[in-house]
Amino acid sequence: MENINQRLLHTFAALADLGQEIANTSDFEEMLRSSFHLLLGSVAIRRGAIAQHDRQRDTLRIIAARGLEHTPDTDIAITRAHSRHLASLGTSLTLADSTSEAARFMETNQELFATAEIQLLLPLVVHERLIGVVLLGEKASGEKFTEEDLDTLSALARHIAVGINSHHLLGEVKRKAEENRHLYDGLRAIYKETVRAFAAAIDMKDRYTQGHSVRVGKYSEVIAREMGWTDDEVEGITIAGYLHDIGKLIVDLSVINSPERFSAKDSAEMSKHPAAGYEILSPITHPYADIPLMARYHHERMDGAGYPDGLKGDQIPPGARIVTLADSFDAMTTDRPYRKKLPLKDVLIDFKANTGTQFDPAVVCAFCRAFLKEIEGKKERRLLNLLHRNYDNLDAITPLLNQLLTEFDGVAMAVAANN
Amino acid sequence: MDATGGTSVQARCVGDTAIIYASDYLNKLTGERIERECKRQLEAGRHAVVINFRDTELVNSIGVSILMGVIDVVEQTRARLIFSDVNSQTASLFEMLGITRLVQIAKDETEALSSLTSSHAGS
Repeated sequence: MENINQRLLHTFAALADLGQEIANTSDFEEMLRSSFHLLLGSVAIRRGAIAQHDRQRDTLRIIAARGLEHTPDTDIAITRAHSRHLASLGTSLTLADSTSEAARFMETNQELFATAEIQLLLPLVVHERLIGVVLLGEKASGEKFTEEDLDTLSALARHIAVGINSHHLLGEVKRKAEENRHLYDGLRAIYKETVRAFAAAIDMKDRYTQGHSVRVGKYSEVIAREMGWTDDEVEGITIAGYLHDIGKLIVDLSVINSPERFSAKDSAEMSKHPAAGYEILSPITHPYADIPLMARYHHERMDGAGYPDGLKGDQIPPGARIVTLADSFDAMTTDRPYRKKLPLKDVLIDFKANTGTQFDPAVVCAFCRAFLKEIEGKKERRLLNLLHRNYDNLDAITPLLNQLLTEFDGVAMAVAANN
Repeated sequence: MDATGGTSVQARCVGDTAIIYASDYLNKLTGERIERECKRQLEAGRHAVVINFRDTELVNSIGVSILMGVIDVVEQTRARLIFSDVNSQTASLFEMLGITRLVQIAKDETEALSSLTSSHAGS
């Protein structure tokens, strides 16, 4: 009775340990090796192997072994009929069995099994599919396998089969996910190229603002990165910058290309473009959030005096606040039919005058920080390269940038804290 | 007589016999340490190995399997292997699994060393 209890306890402990080993999904090889050790140790078997079924090649490949050093390092051929039959058995086979299809499989490989002194074969089956087989040599005691031994080994083998199958399923899911990621990356690249081409097309309509949309996208990117946005969000705001003026496609060419300042009628016509942009962009499923909103609200102002909806402060999406500043910066630093580009000093004075009313202080501060880092050589020259040689003495603007930061950094932080 | 310890497993040598001390729980980690130490001692030219189980409370299935591997390794080098100081629970586990048919069990280290000496003298 004591012996039976001890055997039960040993088997129970082996099953419990096996559960833990199989849960180890991080190292498949180690999981297999440990599981195989557990199986051998449960009834003290000196040698054996786990072979995995390769359905494509109709072979069994040894993936874990002990005491089979003299076994040839080749796959074991298995016919479909043999594998189907093994899968349907769901039980162990000893070499003494000689009637079934599975036994004929063992007979076919008699030389191999004799070399390795294999006594027992356990099919590893999940959902009626052969996952592999466990090949086992004799017990340390030299005795024949008892019914209890076979029950124990079969129970452990079922767990190992599930472990191997789960690993393959996980591998398959990972492979599919990787495949989908590649496809998605490809689609995103196509999307971005298309958007860039579209931005160029938008700017072609206005002969005075060529390259404007792409520059606004890039300025927005620099500001968003400085504000600590994630890579994905930065990509999104870049796209929003490229597309912010897409609504101009519905504005009459004569208005857009007017060599003079807009009349009241032309202004009314032009002010339709943010809402029109939203209408154009809304039906499209973009890989980034809020692109249509950033187009709609890039002429809103912090004080609520903007258009089309007269939103105020926090009501304006953060991305739109960035695009607003990027848009104004590019407008002021490029020639227009009715005026020459402004010197950077004047642009910053304009920023100073309009921060809090037109521009978000946090966005202005991020812009100033990024600009200063570039001037001080602490950051790749993105803003400066976009401005080409169209900037004046940088020494003259450094104090202004610092002044803007001193004046508005506290305001930006206070606003952020209130939010 | 020398002794080694630290990161692996406690072991000492008496003549050409290595005595390896198993830890309180013989599992994968501690079993593999014993297996490594055993191989190291055999490669160093020891002709006999005593595994002392004085601290061992529990041996799990992986531990059993690794001990079977140790038995194989010792057999391949034609060395001698004795288990000593095995508690009653572990002894009956080894008995139940048939391990006692493959390896001699000694009451303690003294009996194991004496058994090795007498068999050496008789050979």
